[in-house]
Amino acid sequence: MPNPFAIQTTVEDGLSIISLEGFVDAHTAPQFESAVQSEVDAGRIRLIVDCEKLSYISSAGLGVFMSFYEEVRERGGDIKICGLVPKVKHTFEIMGFQSLFDMPENQSAAKQSFTAN
Amino acid sequence: MAAIERTFTLQVPSSTENLALIREFVTTIGRQATLHDEEINKLELAVDEACANVIEHAYGYDITKDVSVRATFDDEKLKISVIDEGRGFDPAKVPQKSVDELIHERRSGGLGIRLIKTLMDEVSYEIEPGQKNELHMTMLIKK
Repeated sequence: MPNPFAIQTTVEDGLSIISLEGFVDAHTAPQFESAVQSEVDAGRIRLIVDCEKLSYISSAGLGVFMSFYEEVRERGGDIKICGLVPKVKHTFEIMGFQSLFDMPENQSAAKQSFTAN
Repeated sequence: MAAIERTFTLQVPSSTENLALIREFVTTIGRQATLHDEEINKLELAVDEACANVIEHAYGYDITKDVSVRATFDDEKLKISVIDEGRGFDPAKVPQKSVDELIHERRSGGLGIRLIKTLMDEVSYEIEPGQKNELHMTMLIKK
């Protein structure tokens, strides 16, 4: 099966970077949700989701972003989505996520946009 | 000359684990039907959403049940049907909420049907709860 799913979280300078690889669908979205939940529970609410190696996302994955959006922002944090390949970016755009989420080009730009705020 | 219609069917146990297999099947069919990459991506996502709905809502993650995906195409259009024998639901009765509303309710679901309708050219349903439910999705083949 192509594109197995992998997820990795690192913390740098107060930013949590969750890197996704492969596909996020209804099968793998719960692991992504747990990873975000762990960060939020630990009070780390400045999140970068790096999608550089993400090849596919369905609404189950989009739903993870939706379900944490308000809580994170209410607590003064943010979720930035970076490194989207065109196919995945298109899925976000169909649902209008570009007007809700900051989507920097890459991880470096995402870090900078947090620093700028 | 009359277009030759071809039909392919995939039947898999109702588990989200099989969504990747379903996407691979649909992608292969899309290529055979000479869809462009962008159209194949739409088809892949629409069928994934439909099957995920069946696995979660129609069957409640019961892996002893099966989900069938039937694809038929000719030179002009590709029709995909997702077939189950679970609890049918009338999509017209499912409230279509905006992303803003779903976010406000902190919900992670609710986008699937909207995505399917956005991605495909035609969508229709035949519902007989507990007997047979079919979601028909059609994509026109652009030359």
